[in-house]
Amino acid sequence: MASVPKIEVGSDYKEKYGFFVPEDYIFKAKRGLNEEIVKEISWMKGEPEWMTKFRLRSLEIFRKKPMPNWGADLSVIDFENIFYYLKASDKQSKTWEELPPDIKATYDRLGVPEAERKFLAGVSAQYESEVVYHSLQENLSKQGVIFLDTDSALREHPELFKEYFGTVIPPADNKFSALNSAVWSGGSFIYVPKGVRVEVPLQAYFRINAENMGQFERTLIICDEGSFVHYIEGCTAPIYTTDSLHSAVVEIIVKKGARCRYTTIQNWSTNVFNLVTKRAMAYADATMEWVDGNLGSQITMKYPSVYLMEPGAKGDVLSVAFAGKGQHQDAGGKMIHVAPNTTSTITSKSISKGGGRTSYRGHIKIYPGANNCKSFVKCDALLLDDDSRSDTYPYNDVDAENVTLGHEATVSKVSDEQLFYLMSRGIARAEAETMIVNGFIEPFTKELPLEYAVELNRLIQLEMEGSVG
Amino acid sequence: MADFEIKDLRASVEGRQILKGVSLGISKGEVHAVMGPNGSGKSTLSHTLMGHPGYTVDGGSVMFKGQNVLDLETDERARLGMFLALQYPVVVPGISMANFLRTALNSKRGYDGKDKSKMVTPKEFRSLLKGELDVLHMDDSFLPRYINDGFSGGEKKRAEILQMAILKPEIAILDETDSGLDIDSIKFVAEAVNRMRGPELGILIITHYTRVLEFIKPDYVHVLVDGKFVLSGGPEVAARLEKTGYAEWGKEEAAEPQGVA
Repeated sequence: MASVPKIEVGSDYKEKYGFFVPEDYIFKAKRGLNEEIVKEISWMKGEPEWMTKFRLRSLEIFRKKPMPNWGADLSVIDFENIFYYLKASDKQSKTWEELPPDIKATYDRLGVPEAERKFLAGVSAQYESEVVYHSLQENLSKQGVIFLDTDSALREHPELFKEYFGTVIPPADNKFSALNSAVWSGGSFIYVPKGVRVEVPLQAYFRINAENMGQFERTLIICDEGSFVHYIEGCTAPIYTTDSLHSAVVEIIVKKGARCRYTTIQNWSTNVFNLVTKRAMAYADATMEWVDGNLGSQITMKYPSVYLMEPGAKGDVLSVAFAGKGQHQDAGGKMIHVAPNTTSTITSKSISKGGGRTSYRGHIKIYPGANNCKSFVKCDALLLDDDSRSDTYPYNDVDAENVTLGHEATVSKVSDEQLFYLMSRGIARAEAETMIVNGFIEPFTKELPLEYAVELNRLIQLEMEGSVG
Repeated sequence: MADFEIKDLRASVEGRQILKGVSLGISKGEVHAVMGPNGSGKSTLSHTLMGHPGYTVDGGSVMFKGQNVLDLETDERARLGMFLALQYPVVVPGISMANFLRTALNSKRGYDGKDKSKMVTPKEFRSLLKGELDVLHMDDSFLPRYINDGFSGGEKKRAEILQMAILKPEIAILDETDSGLDIDSIKFVAEAVNRMRGPELGILIITHYTRVLEFIKPDYVHVLVDGKFVLSGGPEVAARLEKTGYAEWGKEEAAEPQGVA
């Protein structure tokens, strides 16, 4: 660990992420949601007719779908008070220098250009509704790897796009997937050709800057046979007194023998509602891994899922949730075993502090005929005080034979014995507590690239210092 | 006055008084042994001295470097120069021994993440570790392991002594460091402790059995029964206990392990 990047201890979220730059938009749709606004978004983007129709149909579905009556309390969301589309720049940049100064300053402060230089194969930066910066290493594009923002992909690869778009998560899946389908903008589109392994991660960085903004990015990843890609997304927003909404849809197709890893470090400010639908289809001997870290937001509802479509498919969810004061992290995972001889694991680690609430919500479904499947779920919750809360809601439906299904759940507190032990070596209480928490999520952290692991540990430290909650 | 002066220390656990007035002076350069049968208050003494939250101080004082350490937090006591090798070292998953040792050493040196001149450099840390690992017959493979996680009894105790060697305390309390160890492990541990003996270190060995005292020769031996010292003297006290156990205080317990190695 001699080469750990410099960590700035003591700065807080507000300094690092909580700033905002004055709004200066090329285009800002009116508040609220109706056909006109949806048409306007589609027209602004110059979309083909099928997409405009898709959006309008999705809006209808959104209106008809009831709000979820389970999970977190969403009644406070005022859909009429949200800006559904904001455009801050009139063109996408290939270099940081070309970015408009205010946007460039934002990403400079977040350290994105530095990360790109260091270890990323490609990076995309979304500011409000639109992707403002994009790059991909030349050798990857030569191998046929496509990494674009989703709007550009619709223009540049219309057939590939249409073949897969909306096939994993149809608009009617749930109210928020319908909303996203109506007003989506930006997100990442990745295609990895047969047998191509992208050894360095691709990254996207999502940023909400304006107040009452809704961000609805749409991501579509296709891993062709025998390929590999690791995609990482990070999210932040400034702190406003009123709420913002983030409602993404992520669709992934992992073909025969391919592997996809999707890593999220979500650190929205604590007035963002984060309601995201993420789903992957894994085919024969394919592997899908969701590595999902939720630290920020007021409410998160997110259950990355894998549909195990053919024998040998494997699904993994590894998630960490940290809920401080006023936060509710309702997270988990779903594994849908459609084919026999498929395996899945869900490992969930949650930390609640200062009255924060975490819930694990999981669903393991094994269809008739999907025999010889294995699934294992492990949920560990750590409570840092008596005001905090953690719940587990596991749902299992097994309709097949010879199935191995395991579920293990623990709830613990930072023990006096552990604290005493670390403190007896001269380590101050706050630092000792942070160490114990970081140790608790270490199975998650060790799956991250080093830079992200360091950043995550630092964020945990800030949360522990109470500077955020 | 001794460098480390325990005076009339009284302490209780869950409302029950265990220490009923313990006084003991330890100066640097000395090795004291506290021996006692089960339930005599040995662990209460060690934990109270280090400030474990489960032990309540009912009276008395412990003066060290001009301060009553009973007024200090556990970490402050450690940074002042106290060390406790636990009888049952605690497992802390997810934190490597290397990270733990480095963090502890940085804390001891007053590094708070800002003044880099106080931080232990990787090079210094490695060379420091190397020497001590050899003495304890340990190797590098132990460093990436989580704190005490999956350690054998012997590994745990050796790891405690390694921490002591790295942190270089002025007053070290070894709480039943010999319990559960085979004879080879006791020898390694004793060798490491003996190497640290010197004018800058005062040691308090807490033990039920005399065996460890064959390897770490004490200057003074105190017998603790029912929360009070009933006998204090030189090494001859240990010899006497070896023969008669704790019978003369009405405790039918031997001071040597019976039929176990």
